[in-house]
Amino acid sequence: MHELSLCQALVDQVKEVAMRHGARGVVQVKVKIGPLAGVEPTLMESAYPFAAAGTIAEGSAMMLEPGPLTVRCLECGAVTEAQPNRLLCGACGAYRTQVESGEELMLLSVELFTA
Amino acid sequence: MCDTCGCNVTPGNRNLAYTPVNGTTAVSVLKSLLTHNNTQAEHNRRHFEQHGVLAINLMSSPGAGKTALLEATIEALGKECRISVIEGDLETENDAERIRAKGVPAFQITTGTACHLDAHMVHGALQAFPLEGFDILFIENVGNLVCPASFDLGQHCDVTLLSVTEGDDKPAKYPVIFRAADVVLLTKTDLLPYLDDFNPSRAEGHLRSLASEAPFIPLSARRGDGIDAWLDWLRGQLKTVRRGIPFARNQTTPVQVSG
Repeated sequence: MHELSLCQALVDQVKEVAMRHGARGVVQVKVKIGPLAGVEPTLMESAYPFAAAGTIAEGSAMMLEPGPLTVRCLECGAVTEAQPNRLLCGACGAYRTQVESGEELMLLSVELFTA
Repeated sequence: MCDTCGCNVTPGNRNLAYTPVNGTTAVSVLKSLLTHNNTQAEHNRRHFEQHGVLAINLMSSPGAGKTALLEATIEALGKECRISVIEGDLETENDAERIRAKGVPAFQITTGTACHLDAHMVHGALQAFPLEGFDILFIENVGNLVCPASFDLGQHCDVTLLSVTEGDDKPAKYPVIFRAADVVLLTKTDLLPYLDDFNPSRAEGHLRSLASEAPFIPLSARRGDGIDAWLDWLRGQLKTVRRGIPFARNQTTPVQVSG
């Protein structure tokens, strides 16, 4: 529900990077959204062009980098894949686990027109 | 298909379309999209700690009993500590008025259409709402099981309420918000005799499946059952903040469970 405001924050960061590099335009931005970030990737994709409109990022593409959800078991040490509502250890079934990856909500990289 | 709006880019050719070509530069950033909010939240947290105030974020679906819990908490704890409340709702001053009727200062944030509070809204409220002389600040978030979980406000602890009228699989349906909780309160337990399809141990089982070790406390704000366990948990958190132990909001490790 708050994907548009996240896209606005994203565009602000992209503008900052573009300015620092003296870019003429933005080709694409690469974003990672983990399954536990609480954000719907498809809504981010549809909100992005609106947030980018009228800025240097207008017309750029958003690429979503899929991120796996993995947990590390505090009992047996195994790192296994998990589901958002089932974060148990895939090896021994223990519930004392820590999420290793899957919470990311991150701007990974920006590709700029610099020539 | 055209060459201007991006409709010519398909999953099959996307990699080719966005391989850097002459005149483009790829810049690695690796920065959280919530950096702006998180910086403000950290500022709020330091502000609370400088005043020795324990800040608690209350989250639940609308109507799960957040305000009723606050009323019962104020009645029980009002003599031993000084409480203040920030209320978040889309519209109306109703909840703040209920809290003020208990003799406790309350500041109402009306968010308009925004579905959650963020760190900047709380900071704005703090400008109009001095913390001097208080022990606990409750921030009652907008009733919503989705968005509030993503925004750090600067709180020390997250409390998620689940009322027995909602269904015991809520933690499985809304994992992000229940996983964020440092304590989960099962509210309105006085209604359990009328709701034979709600099984409290099944609800707790769904919570444990989220790798959560947060205490699960059944209570009825109306009758007072279970309130003592909640108050003891609160007193433990208050001790921790008074000892000056820094809190970090960490969604994977329950924070300071027993104080």
